[in-house]
Amino acid sequence: MSARQIHLAAHFPGVNNTTVWSDPQAGSHIDFASFEHLARTAERAKFDFFFLAEGLRMREHAGRLNELDVAGRPDSLAVLSALAAVTERLGLMATITTTYHEPYELARQLGSLDHLSDGRAGWNLVTSSDAFTGANFRRGGYLGYDERYERGEQFIAAANALWDSWLPDNGNGNATGHRPGEFAFHGSQVQIAGEFTVPRSPQGHPVMLQAGDSDAGREFAAEHADGIFSRHGKLEDGLRFYADVKDRLVRYGRASEDLVIMPGATFIIGDTDAEALDIAHDVRRAQVSGPHAIMFLEQLWNRDLSAYDPDGPLPDVDPDVESEARAQGSAQARALQREAVETAARWRRRAEAGHLSIRELVIEMTARQSFVGSPETIAATLNAYVQVEACDGFILIPHITPGGLDRFADEVVPLLQERGTFRSDYEGTTLREHLGLKPPRVADRLRPLASPAAG
Amino acid sequence: LSTSNPLHIAVALGGAGSHPGAAGEPDAPGAKLLTARHWVDQVAHVERGRFDFVTIEDSHRLIGAPGDDISTVAAAGSSRLDAVMIACRVAPVTRHIGIVAMASTTLTEPFLLSTQIATLDYVSHGRAGWQVDVCTDPEAAGYVGPRAAPAADARFAEAADHVEIVRRLWDSWDDDAEIRDAAGQRFIDRERVHHIDYQAPGFSIRGPSITPRPPQGQPIVATVVDGDATRGLAASSSDVALLAAPDADGLRARADAVRAATSSAGRDPAQLRLLADVEVVLDADPGAAQERRDRLDARMPPGAARTRLAFTGTPAALADGLVDWSGAGVDGYRLRPATITRDLPAIAEALSDELRARGVMRSAYQQSTLRGRLGLRRPTTRYAMA
Repeated sequence: MSARQIHLAAHFPGVNNTTVWSDPQAGSHIDFASFEHLARTAERAKFDFFFLAEGLRMREHAGRLNELDVAGRPDSLAVLSALAAVTERLGLMATITTTYHEPYELARQLGSLDHLSDGRAGWNLVTSSDAFTGANFRRGGYLGYDERYERGEQFIAAANALWDSWLPDNGNGNATGHRPGEFAFHGSQVQIAGEFTVPRSPQGHPVMLQAGDSDAGREFAAEHADGIFSRHGKLEDGLRFYADVKDRLVRYGRASEDLVIMPGATFIIGDTDAEALDIAHDVRRAQVSGPHAIMFLEQLWNRDLSAYDPDGPLPDVDPDVESEARAQGSAQARALQREAVETAARWRRRAEAGHLSIRELVIEMTARQSFVGSPETIAATLNAYVQVEACDGFILIPHITPGGLDRFADEVVPLLQERGTFRSDYEGTTLREHLGLKPPRVADRLRPLASPAAG
Repeated sequence: LSTSNPLHIAVALGGAGSHPGAAGEPDAPGAKLLTARHWVDQVAHVERGRFDFVTIEDSHRLIGAPGDDISTVAAAGSSRLDAVMIACRVAPVTRHIGIVAMASTTLTEPFLLSTQIATLDYVSHGRAGWQVDVCTDPEAAGYVGPRAAPAADARFAEAADHVEIVRRLWDSWDDDAEIRDAAGQRFIDRERVHHIDYQAPGFSIRGPSITPRPPQGQPIVATVVDGDATRGLAASSSDVALLAAPDADGLRARADAVRAATSSAGRDPAQLRLLADVEVVLDADPGAAQERRDRLDARMPPGAARTRLAFTGTPAALADGLVDWSGAGVDGYRLRPATITRDLPAIAEALSDELRARGVMRSAYQQSTLRGRLGLRRPTTRYAMA
C-alpha cells in the first residue's frame, strides 16, 4: 500500500503569546507585505492552504486592553482576496464565526473570493459564546450553547442555499423551473429570501473546516465539514480523535477521505535536536514573560495577582469562581475557568513537587511546541503521525511574523518530498483538489434530472 | 508646476456597463465578469489613463424582472461579485489608482465593513474608499432576517449612523498606538486605543476596531446625490459627492444645495469634493456613437427618465464638454462608461489624451494617497489625547 499523503497549511501568527513580537526579526502583523511573505513561502513549499484566525473584539484583561501580546489584525476575507492576486494555487482559508457574521453577506463574499481566486476559497467555521464580542455587532448579546449550534446549522444551510441557487453549469432556469439566483431559507435564527447575484463558483461550495470539539461538534463535522482544525496534536490523543470522527462519517454515507483532520502545530527547528531544544527553551521564556505568567495565572484564579512575584511561589488562595471573568475575548481563558478550583489545586501540587516558580510553572503548563528538533526529526515525526492515522496533516503555526515558516519550507518540506509523502508540485488548481475532496453534493431540488416544474 | 489636477475625474466600473441595456450588447462581457482577469484589466486600463479613482459598483438584484426568461449568458452577464472583494483583489496589482468599493449600509455590519475598507487601505497603501449604498429596494429587507431592516424611508438615517460608526472605528486606534516596547513588554499603548460606545437606533457598538488606523486615517467615503435624502447623507457623511443631475442647470443647483447643506451640517465645504456623474457613449465617429446610444436606449423600459448627464459623441467633444461643465461649480466628474467593452477603452485612451491636450489631465501620478490626490486633508483622530 502506498504511503499516505500529508496535507500542510500555514497559519498566520495569531494575537496571543505564541507569537513572539519582541524578536528582532519580527515584522508587522498588519502590513500586507507580511501576509504576502508568508503566503508566498507556503506556496513555494506547495502547501495546501493559508489560514487566518479570527477575533472580532480586542482582548481585555481586568477591564483593560491587553498590552502584552500582539494586537490588531486586518479583515480576513479582504486579506485573502488580496493574496489571491499574489499567489496562484495556494488555498485561502478564513476562520468565520457564525454567531456574529450574517449568512447572506458572508456567502456572497466567500463565493466572490472563490471566483476571484479560481477556486481556492475556504472557511473554518466556529461559533462564539461571548456577549463580549457581540457588543461590536448590531445583534449584540449572547447565544446559549444550543442556540449557537442551531444558528451554526442554519447559517450553513442558508449559505449552501445561496451557493446552490445557481446550477452547476450556471445554466438556464428553464431546465428545472428554477430561476438563477432565487433563494429562500426560513429557520428560527436565519430567515432570508431574495436573489443571489453570485453565480456558482469554481468549487461549488468553498471548502469548509470546522473547529468544534464537543460530541455535538464532532457529529456536526462528520455530517457537514470537509475538514477539522483539530486541537488533538498529541499522538495518543490524535489517534483516538481520528478514529472517533472517521467512524462517525459512515452514518452520513461519507468515506474516510471525504474529511481531512488537521491539528494546529507549532515547531522549533535547529541544526540538531539539541540545538532545537535550546532554542525552544528561549522561545518559551520569550512567550511567557513575568507579566505574562501573572496574567495567565489571573485568567485561572480570576483575582488581582499583581502583587505576586512571578519568580516566587503560587498563591495560597483559591480561584474566585463567583465574580465575572477578568479575562475577556480569550478562548484560552474561557477554557481555564471551567474547572478553576480543581485546576489550581493540581497546579499547586505540580509547582510544589517540582519547586517551580509561577513563571516556570506557566511555561510548563502552557507548553505549545508540538515539534522540536532537526529538520530530519521533524519530518520523520510529522510523517509518522500521518502514516499511523493520528491526523491527515497539520496547520503549522510559526511564532515569528512573517519569516517563521521559511526554514520549514526550505529544510523540512524537501525531506517530506523525498519520502514521497508530500507533493513536489500542485496537481490540481482548486483547494478542494489539493485536499482530495469531491465536489459538493448539489441540492436535490436543483438536480437537472429532478422532475421539471410544469408549464 | 501645479501638482493638483484642475479636474478630478473618476471612472465607474460595474457589470457590463453603466447603461441598463449594456448586458444586451453582442460584445457584452458576460461570464468574464466573474473572473479576476477581467477586473484587473479594467482597473489597470483606467490607471494607464491616469484618472483619480475607480468606483466598483454592486447590486443585490439581477437585471430583469422576476419571471423574465433569463438565458444562461444573460444571467451570468447581469451577475455581480462583491465589490469589496473585487477591490481587494485588484489593489496589489495596481499602484496609483484610487479604488472605491460600493457596500450597503442596509445589509452590512459596520464593524466588519470598517475593518474591510481599512484593510483595503492597507493593501493599496492609502488608495481606498467606500461608496455608500443605501438599499431602498423593498426586497433588501429579506436579506438580513430575522433582523428587521428599517422602513425604506428610515434607511438614510440608518446609513448616516452606519457611516459614523465606521469612521469612529477607523479613529479608534491612534496612529501611534502600536508601540512595540520590548523592554517595557508592551505591544500597544492601551491609552491610545479607544472604545467608541456608539448608540443609535439599531446600533450599540462598543469598539475599538480590531484593525489599527488605516494609512489615510479615514479612507474616502463617497455618496451619490440624486435627491433630498441623499443630499443630507452627503452633507453629513461624505468626502466625495457624486451628483446625478439631468442637465447643466440641474447640476449647478444640486452642487449649490450640497455645499449649503454641508455648511449647515457644521462641516467645511472645502473638505467635500463634488463630482458630476456623466454616462458616456464614445466613438471616433459621432454617427456611430449615436447609433449605439439609440440601440442601448431601445432596451430601456418604456417611460424611463434620464437622471444624470449623458454624453454621446467623440472623445474630443466630450473633453470640451467636461471643461465647459466645470463652470457649474463641480470639482470634476465620474465618467460612467455606457458599455465596458467599447466606452471604457475610449475613456482610458482617446479621452485621456484629449484631456491632457487641454491641460486638465495629469501626465503622471503625484500624490500617493487618494486623499492627497483629491486635496482632502488627513483627519486627526477624534479620540487622540492632546
